[in-house]
Amino acid sequence: MPHLAVNGVRAKYGAHEVLRGISLSIEKGEIAALIGPSGSGKSTVLRALVGLTPITAGQVEIAGETIDYRNANAVRAARDRMAIVFQQFNLFQNMTVMKNVTLAPVKIKRRPKAEVEAEARRLLDLVGLGDKHASYPDQLSGGQQQRVAIARALALQPQILLLDEVTSALDPELVTEVLDTIRRLAREGMTMIIVSHEMAFVREVANKVVFMDRGEIIETGAPKEMFDNPKTDRARDFFGKILRH
Amino acid sequence: MDYRFQYGVVWQNLDALFQGAWLTFQLGTLSFAGGALIGLICAAIVAYGPFLIRFPVHVYVVLITNTPALIQIYFLYYGLPEFGIRLSSEACLLIGLILNAGAYLTLIMRAGFLSVRRTELEAGVVLGMSVLQQIRFIVVPHIAKSIYPALANFFIVILVMGTSIGSIIGVDELTGQAINLSSVNYRWLEYFTVVALMYVVLTFVASIGLAALGRWACRVRARIF
Amino acid sequence: MDRLVEQIPRFFTATNMMMLAEAAYMTLAMTIVGCLIGFGLAFVLVYLRQTPGLWALPLRIVCVTYVEFFRRIPFLVIVYLVLFFIQALTPDASLFTIAVIAICLYSVAYTADIIRGGLESVPHTQVEAARTMNMSRFRTLIMVVLPQAWPVIIPPAIAFAVSFIKDTALVSQIGVFELTFRGKELNNQGYSGVLVFGTIALCYFILSFPLTLLGQHLEKRLATPRGQRSARKIRRT
Repeated sequence: MPHLAVNGVRAKYGAHEVLRGISLSIEKGEIAALIGPSGSGKSTVLRALVGLTPITAGQVEIAGETIDYRNANAVRAARDRMAIVFQQFNLFQNMTVMKNVTLAPVKIKRRPKAEVEAEARRLLDLVGLGDKHASYPDQLSGGQQQRVAIARALALQPQILLLDEVTSALDPELVTEVLDTIRRLAREGMTMIIVSHEMAFVREVANKVVFMDRGEIIETGAPKEMFDNPKTDRARDFFGKILRH
Repeated sequence: MDYRFQYGVVWQNLDALFQGAWLTFQLGTLSFAGGALIGLICAAIVAYGPFLIRFPVHVYVVLITNTPALIQIYFLYYGLPEFGIRLSSEACLLIGLILNAGAYLTLIMRAGFLSVRRTELEAGVVLGMSVLQQIRFIVVPHIAKSIYPALANFFIVILVMGTSIGSIIGVDELTGQAINLSSVNYRWLEYFTVVALMYVVLTFVASIGLAALGRWACRVRARIF
Repeated sequence: MDRLVEQIPRFFTATNMMMLAEAAYMTLAMTIVGCLIGFGLAFVLVYLRQTPGLWALPLRIVCVTYVEFFRRIPFLVIVYLVLFFIQALTPDASLFTIAVIAICLYSVAYTADIIRGGLESVPHTQVEAARTMNMSRFRTLIMVVLPQAWPVIIPPAIAFAVSFIKDTALVSQIGVFELTFRGKELNNQGYSGVLVFGTIALCYFILSFPLTLLGQHLEKRLATPRGQRSARKIRRT
């Protein structure tokens, strides 16, 4: 049974249909990468999964259970099992790093504070920011903030981690530290969906590459096949353009 | 509630209300225009003038903006006759509103003046411009766009709040007409609800007009809502 | 002029000064009550206005209409409307109550706009992050949005309070014993208009000027980047 199954999902932004029938499935521990040109709807897939963009048609199943996104309780349950890290980090500016990481687990998941704080320290060490727990987001660099955002997502103990272009807003020298963190998570067997422009990284880390264009999935496959030998014209066009540099 | 609404009377006297609305509009526009002139001069003084001339302007602005417009108008209406000056209610209202608007507009325009960098003005000096020319050719175009929303908003304030004060000293603008007509038929609620709606319509029309003006004159996109 | 000078000792008696002090107290009391209640209710209004869901559309429309309506009518008209409306229902209502109701209606409309501006100034992306962590709308508002919205809300709120002290002068029209009403009374008793209204103006000035200065000071402190950081330090949770 796939960990996450998406079936014919459609979504709209106002009058514009952004997702036009998306179907994919992801096994436990698998890392799927969504790639494609701007506007292809890659980020929207992640946003739809966490209920930020309304789904107009189709089905989503997590570990066999269907989720009706029109039902608020179902959405809450879905959000309980997934965590998303945004391109702009979206840390809470008025709280310390420690508070950012521990707020949701303590207040929403109602875990004991001492336990959460210990876990938070462990996670911050994992992302290499153990000594920054008392700092405020505006005192950290972009790369550091993004790593805090990852720690914050992990503190929610999600079954599936969604990463939405997490390196796109960073200066090049800060990208490596974030990618290293993701590599470590991959080694530990976390189920992930990554939306990224970093092709070399995608090729190294992903088990499955999904190429999207204009709201549809054009091609799916293992990284080596997709990059070296794309089957469809549009995919070939895309890879040709980006891999030339 | 055993009060029966009778809007028929209001309907019969609509033309009087419209006259009041027209007077409101005229008073509002004149007060704003006069106030804008004062504001421009005083803002220029405060931004560029020597201390001896700046100080009285500061006093003027601080006094007016920390006292109610109604008291200022009472001061004129009940105080001036003691010096032998007998002005009509409308004149008192107009003078009072112009002085009032002048102070607030000074503040708005001063913010604009101060946002122009010295270097831009120095360029004007080098080109041989007098202070007045500098204001006209450098400052005004520069700040028109940024202070327009504040100016437009203040116009609405004067139009609505300022002119209605006139009713207290007997000016027959919109609120004044409502009071006059109500005291004849005792249909206060009906008249005042209609008048309230008329003010809303008046401000909407003014907002739309100001937004259009802003777009045409200064290429500013103003909010109506 | 001589008449004015001659009136001064008669005017500045202890009784008159006491009366003016009481009237000033009334002005201040109405302002404080009006602004506090107005601020509280405005919060509720803005919160209700953000209720999601199609079923809440009528509620949202009501909230928007209320604010846009009461912001565009002169305060004087609001005062009269409340007066006639309340008196049609309960002829014995106290003038003070009527004044306070009118004040609240007015201040809620203006303050709601200020609060909404402040809340909207917080980047929506933080709200999205909170939602995906299953934080409720209320909790997101209290713990994430509000602490960051305060620096944007406070300066205009104080400016409004200052202008409000002056607006209370209009309540004199329905007979509440505040400063302007007492001024009119004294003028009717024969005292010079210049003397009376000059004094009343001074009273208002004493009430309003310190608040103006406070507002300017806070605005300066909250506007600079360093001010923003120190303001955030104060409001940190």
